[in-house]
Amino acid sequence: MTLAEKLVARAAGRDSVRPGEIVTCKVDLAMMHDSGGPRRVKPMLERLGVGVWDPAKVVVISDHYVPAVDAESAAILDLTRKWVQDAGIDAFHDMQGICHVVLPERGHLRPGLFVVGGDSHSTTGGAFGAFMIGIGSTEMAGVLATGEIWIRVPPTIRLGWLGRLGPGLSAKDMVLKMCGALGMSVGNYKALEYAGPAVAALDMTERMVLANMAAELGGKVGLIAPDETTLAYLRDAGAGPAEAGDWQTDPEAEIEATHDFDAGTLEPQVAAPHSPENAADVDAHAGVAIDQAYIGACTGAKLSDLHMAATVLRGRRVAPGVRLLVAPASTRTTQQAAADGTLAVLTEAGGILLPSGCGACAGLGAGVLAEGEVCISSTARNFQGRMGHAGSQVYLGSPYTVAAAAVAGRITDPRGMLTEQAA
Amino acid sequence: MSTETGRAWVYGDNVDTDVLAPGAYMKLPVEELAKHCLEAIDPGFAGAVRPGDVVVGGENFGMGSSREQAALALIELGVAAVVAKSFARIFYRNAMNLGLPVLVCAEIDGIARGDELRIDAQRGRVENLSQGSVLQCEPIPDHLLAMIADGGLLPHLEKKLAGGRA
Repeated sequence: MTLAEKLVARAAGRDSVRPGEIVTCKVDLAMMHDSGGPRRVKPMLERLGVGVWDPAKVVVISDHYVPAVDAESAAILDLTRKWVQDAGIDAFHDMQGICHVVLPERGHLRPGLFVVGGDSHSTTGGAFGAFMIGIGSTEMAGVLATGEIWIRVPPTIRLGWLGRLGPGLSAKDMVLKMCGALGMSVGNYKALEYAGPAVAALDMTERMVLANMAAELGGKVGLIAPDETTLAYLRDAGAGPAEAGDWQTDPEAEIEATHDFDAGTLEPQVAAPHSPENAADVDAHAGVAIDQAYIGACTGAKLSDLHMAATVLRGRRVAPGVRLLVAPASTRTTQQAAADGTLAVLTEAGGILLPSGCGACAGLGAGVLAEGEVCISSTARNFQGRMGHAGSQVYLGSPYTVAAAAVAGRITDPRGMLTEQAA
Repeated sequence: MSTETGRAWVYGDNVDTDVLAPGAYMKLPVEELAKHCLEAIDPGFAGAVRPGDVVVGGENFGMGSSREQAALALIELGVAAVVAKSFARIFYRNAMNLGLPVLVCAEIDGIARGDELRIDAQRGRVENLSQGSVLQCEPIPDHLLAMIADGGLLPHLEKKLAGGRA
């Protein structure tokens, strides 16, 4: 069986499953945030007249409307806090960062788990060998009421990465390359599994970028088989006993398709408005003048991302007339980046620190764009109007590329600006 | 399922959740949010769409976020069904869960904006009255047909839970 099939079979209480079968899975963990979570599921559970099936298996993380900027967002957060208490849910991480980063950071994920998340980027959990899918609020209410969910067993597409990334390149370049080459529906109803030496060489925060943006490839899940790197992260996070065990695709398992890429020849990637699939080598967009550079979101402001930005910004200044906004992905990220000197590098270069949360990536918090403004962003999506006015233009790139654009005032190849890695 | 007819609103590939339910209005009640549905690509849509109308998309309709307000906004505006060549998986489930039939149909290219359509979700058919054609869609799995016949996941669960208690 494939890794995806093994994970589904376990959750369905079956010895084996085949792609296309519809099975009912027991949910090990359900994660919600303040936008799609309590404010939506509370009235639904009330209508059904039931409580949460198992409060110990539910994690709530406030990240969309934090910190509150108006009475509406304050009311959403107030409802979230009260509901969590009423429902008896202990695992509530309030304003501690973005759910996809906080969930593994606080030790909630382990290989083998079947997890649902009330957010499309829930695929991030696949980096830890968990079968983690994104669902909507009504679906979540169904899970909270019953502890179960139906799924169609997905076939697996293998995305193989050979070779080794060069300096100034990152997982964001890898995943944008795949969006450009394969399009945003290649993974629809399918499991994506990333493999190969260039994937194995990535640390967990970088692997999370690939798993996270499985959503941009349309995937149901974005899996990476657990290994020693995974287990070391989980030990540090206090995740409890975790084993890589048999959580890998068998050599004889049926794979629907394999797409191989070469990390060694990869160029920095930039996706033009208004889609990640508009990705191309940075040279194709070099010279585009920017108003804003944004380092933020679950996929683009983890500690490794801030380190990348710092290698470019050390000893440099943001170009006049350009603003560099940095919203670390979690409070723990902020603490670590403060301790190792990274934050000082970013702020001395002229970067402006914003609160941890989904923020401008989701068009919610500080840093949204005016009509006609151009932004380059380390986030996952550049759909029209997502980061502000429908007439704004958002380019996507790695933290290296975003930082380099902030310094140059226009999109440029970051490899000419690299200094020694921080910390 | 409805045998009423409605007008077709035709869009291209990759209609995303952020144009269906723009982030800037997500904290507002759905009746407010719905006024901005598809605004970024078709500013006239929300004001002109009528109950019973049908949204027609290309590949990967509803890609992006898990926000079910993307489907809820269409329901709020009275959209009776969405027909597309393919759907992003979360949107597909969200729409069905909310009782909005979504049909996968390979042959939609001939549908023009404003065509009069009649949707038969149970039989997986789209009748184009303006062009005198009948389009066959992929059949909806039985367990989902049962769910949308009940009006969506919540009424379906209500029925099941009531059955369990009885």
